Parts: sequence; structure tokens; C-alpha cells
Amino acid sequence: MMEIGLTHYLVLSTVLFSIGLLGVMRRKNLLMLFFATEILLNAVNVGFAAISHYYNDLTGQMFAFFIIAIAASEVAVGLGLLIAWYKRHGNINLDAMSSMRG
Amino acid sequence: MFEAIAFYLFSILTAVMFYITVTTKQALFALTALAAGMIFISAFFFILGADFLGVVQIIVYTGAVMALYAFGMMFFDTTRELKERSGSSLITAGLSILSAVFVVLIFVAPIVSTKIQVTAPLIAGATNSQSVGMVLFTKYLVPFELAAVMLLVAMIAGIVLAGKKMDRSLTLMAEEEIMIAEEANRKVLL
Repeated sequence: MMEIGLTHYLVLSTVLFSIGLLGVMRRKNLLMLFFATEILLNAVNVGFAAISHYYNDLTGQMFAFFIIAIAASEVAVGLGLLIAWYKRHGNINLDAMSSMRG
Repeated sequence: MFEAIAFYLFSILTAVMFYITVTTKQALFALTALAAGMIFISAFFFILGADFLGVVQIIVYTGAVMALYAFGMMFFDTTRELKERSGSSLITAGLSILSAVFVVLIFVAPIVSTKIQVTAPLIAGATNSQSVGMVLFTKYLVPFELAAVMLLVAMIAGIVLAGKKMDRSLTLMAEEEIMIAEEANRKVLL
């Protein structure tokens, strides 16, 4: 209990990941959906850093850096798309984006 | 002892903050709770000895990403209460926990079953930042350069997508000009 091992961090990573998945499933607003995606990425980063520490290997930290870079570019492009959509249609509701429905 | 106290404290804080982010109806609460959660996540990196990763987490996430979200939110109508997807929340929670457990099982099973090979061992006598730099600029040089190009592409895409008609300033235009521009805009949209 008092000795923190790799399992503790993996369980924490799982808990945070499931919170993020809960957000992805129940959010309607696209901006809130983006927030949930950030939570997912952060949960994975915690797992990577923990494995990197407990196996004395820097590869996990490297992958965490690249995940952070990908998250940053995802936010830039995604927010640009959201703003373009909002200027056209006036909302960012997921259920309203059904213009391609057959 | 102190490590255990810090771990449990920060894990409870992080989980609560992220839970507020995914459940609150106010967009601003979600934003601030997410920023707080990001900072608490960096505490784990410091506990795990990944100092450079913790600093990058604070600078990139709470500095850049959160500022970008805050700017983006100024475009959207955030004062209105968010509508949630209707349906049983129990089913949603069960499904998400189940799928998360499956994802973890998928990725942990090969790690546990086979012996892990250390591919980039910690360098003796070097601090975390030094060893990160040594590994990043030798073994991971090509992915590093690719990430730089990807960030450049993302920056240009963000400018192109969000910066349309930024050459006109509504505060410097007269009322009539704004009306004419809005009329033209409406005709284009219809």
C-alpha cells in the first residue's frame, strides 16, 4: 500500500483514460469533445512515464514528448476547423452536423 | 512514505478535476478544471523523475494548449448551458470502463508475458534533461525533425482556417460598412 509500484500508475492511467472515454461518449458539444481527447492523451502519457521510470528506459519519455507534440498540432488544426464551422453554421453541436446524411 | 502520500493526493485531485471537466455544464468550468488537471498530471512526472517532461507538460499544455482553447472559446457561445446526450448514464459509464480495461489489457499483455528489452537506458551521472537531449538528438532525430515539420504544417493550417477575413477590423469600420459586409456574408451563406 505504501510502496508505490508500476501497477499503481497503470491503474491510475486506466482510471483517467476511462474518465476521458466517458467524456467522449456523453459530450455533444465539439469543444467539450476536444477536452475529453486531451484527457485521453494525458492518461496515456502518465502510463508511458511510469513504465519509463520503472524499467530505467528513456523510450517511454520520448513517446510522451511526441504525443505532446501531436496533441498541440491537433488542437491547432481542430480549433481552426471548429472556428470555420462555427462561422458558417452558428453552432458546434455534434448532432447538427448531419448534412451528409443520406 | 512521502511518495505514497503525494501519489494518492495528486491522483485523487487529478481524477476529480478530469471528472468535473467531462461532467460540468459550464464550458468555462470545464476549461479551468482541465487546466488544473494538466498541472496536477505534471506532478506525477516530477515524482517519476521525468523532470523535463513535467516542465514541458506545464509549458505546452497549460501554457499553449489552454491559451489556444481560451482564445477559441471567445468565438463560440459559451455562456449557454451545454446540452448533454440523452440516454442511460449507467450504460455509458459501464461501457467506457469496460473498454478502458480492454485497451489496457491489450497493451499490457505482451509487456507482462515477454521480457522487456531496454533500448535507451538511463545514462549514468547525467541529469534527466541531459539524458533526454542525448537520446532525442541521436536515436530519435528523424522523428524529432518530422514532429517539427508537423508542427509547422499545423501552424499554417491553423492560420489559414481560423484567420479568414482577419484583414477587416470591425472596430475600425463604420456602421454602414459592417451592415453591407454582413448582408454580403448572409447571401454567400444562403
